[in-house]
Amino acid sequence: MERQNDYDDIPGTTVFDAERARRGYHLNMFCMSLMKAENRAAFKADQAAFLQRFPMTPEQREAVLQRDWNRMIELGGNIYYLAKLFSTDGKSFQFTAAQMTGMSQEQYAQMMLAGGRSPDGNRSKSEWKDRG
Amino acid sequence: MARIYAGLTTSHVPAIGAAIDLGKTAEPYWRPVFEGYEFSKHWVSQQPPDVIILVYNDHASAFSQEIIPTFALGCADRFEPADEGWGPRPVPSVLGHAELAAHIAQSVILDEFDLTIVNKMEVDHGLTVPLSLVFGQPAEWPCRVIPLAVNVVQYPPPTGHRCFEFGRAIARAVESYPEDLRVMVWGTGGMSHQLQGQRAGLINQKFDNHFLDTIGPDPVALTRISHLEYLRESGSEGIELVMWLIMRGALHEHVRVLHRFYHVPASNTAVGHLLLDNT
Repeated sequence: MERQNDYDDIPGTTVFDAERARRGYHLNMFCMSLMKAENRAAFKADQAAFLQRFPMTPEQREAVLQRDWNRMIELGGNIYYLAKLFSTDGKSFQFTAAQMTGMSQEQYAQMMLAGGRSPDGNRSKSEWKDRG
Repeated sequence: MARIYAGLTTSHVPAIGAAIDLGKTAEPYWRPVFEGYEFSKHWVSQQPPDVIILVYNDHASAFSQEIIPTFALGCADRFEPADEGWGPRPVPSVLGHAELAAHIAQSVILDEFDLTIVNKMEVDHGLTVPLSLVFGQPAEWPCRVIPLAVNVVQYPPPTGHRCFEFGRAIARAVESYPEDLRVMVWGTGGMSHQLQGQRAGLINQKFDNHFLDTIGPDPVALTRISHLEYLRESGSEGIELVMWLIMRGALHEHVRVLHRFYHVPASNTAVGHLLLDNT
């Protein structure tokens, strides 16, 4: 049974708690391996084969191959670990954040220049009900 | 006797480090950020510390999911910059102060703060970006640095109250060290930001400005902010602000704010910076 937590009500946000960390352990340890240049090279040469070195779930492997960042987070990934993966791709935090929000990087950068996403209307899932 | 004569807080956004390393500090996007540190750069150069106790968090660089210490004190003589996936930052090695660090470890553990002693550790942008902001690009860092890494990556980080009390224990430890040393304590991370999910890009200027205004005169009020409130109001990564409370706990009840700076954005993050006089 999934535990209910007070922070589950925050929309568009996945808190990397002990349970998610447990589920994401091998996904995150795969990302850690990319801190070594030789692993980055091996991963780039054959991504699917490299992922077989880690006892991840098929869903986690698929999310990595698709670079589906929200799905990786849902499956226990944490952004600071996933940073090793998007850095290997030559991408930035801002590029990845934009992808997770469904905005273009240009739109996202403009939002940040205009002061960022307001907390108003973004505190509770009840405020996101009308969103698709 | 060693004494803590000042405190400093700052965000430690990795893109700020990249802007320094790539020579982009004069670009229109970055110039306002770096101008906000000019006062403190000058002040610290005029009143240099012997040692900085630098509170920061590791971003899955030295520590992975294999070991997650809540509080880890760097007790080594030397700490090398970490390769975070794009090669180590081109910054000097960080020289520790092993004797003072060992004294702090022994003192705070007997004071009931059971921290982890680390004798081998690389340090990432969380530690080196604040040094670059204040000291620029020297061939060697001008003082010793004791890294104090706090887990804020895997939930839950320590509470703000616990961090504040830990800071007080650090102050007791420093004050009982016999050598005359001028010590600064830096609290880094924050301010509001969220790097993940559909809510990424959250910035809460009201929350941040209240935090900046309150940490000097009434830090105890900030120790009552719950983790839920940090997550909801300052974003999933804004909870790093608990680290500022370790710095504040290490200072006296009354401090003087010498400099205050706030700017949005640096990449995904609100930048906040304070310099506090503790004499």
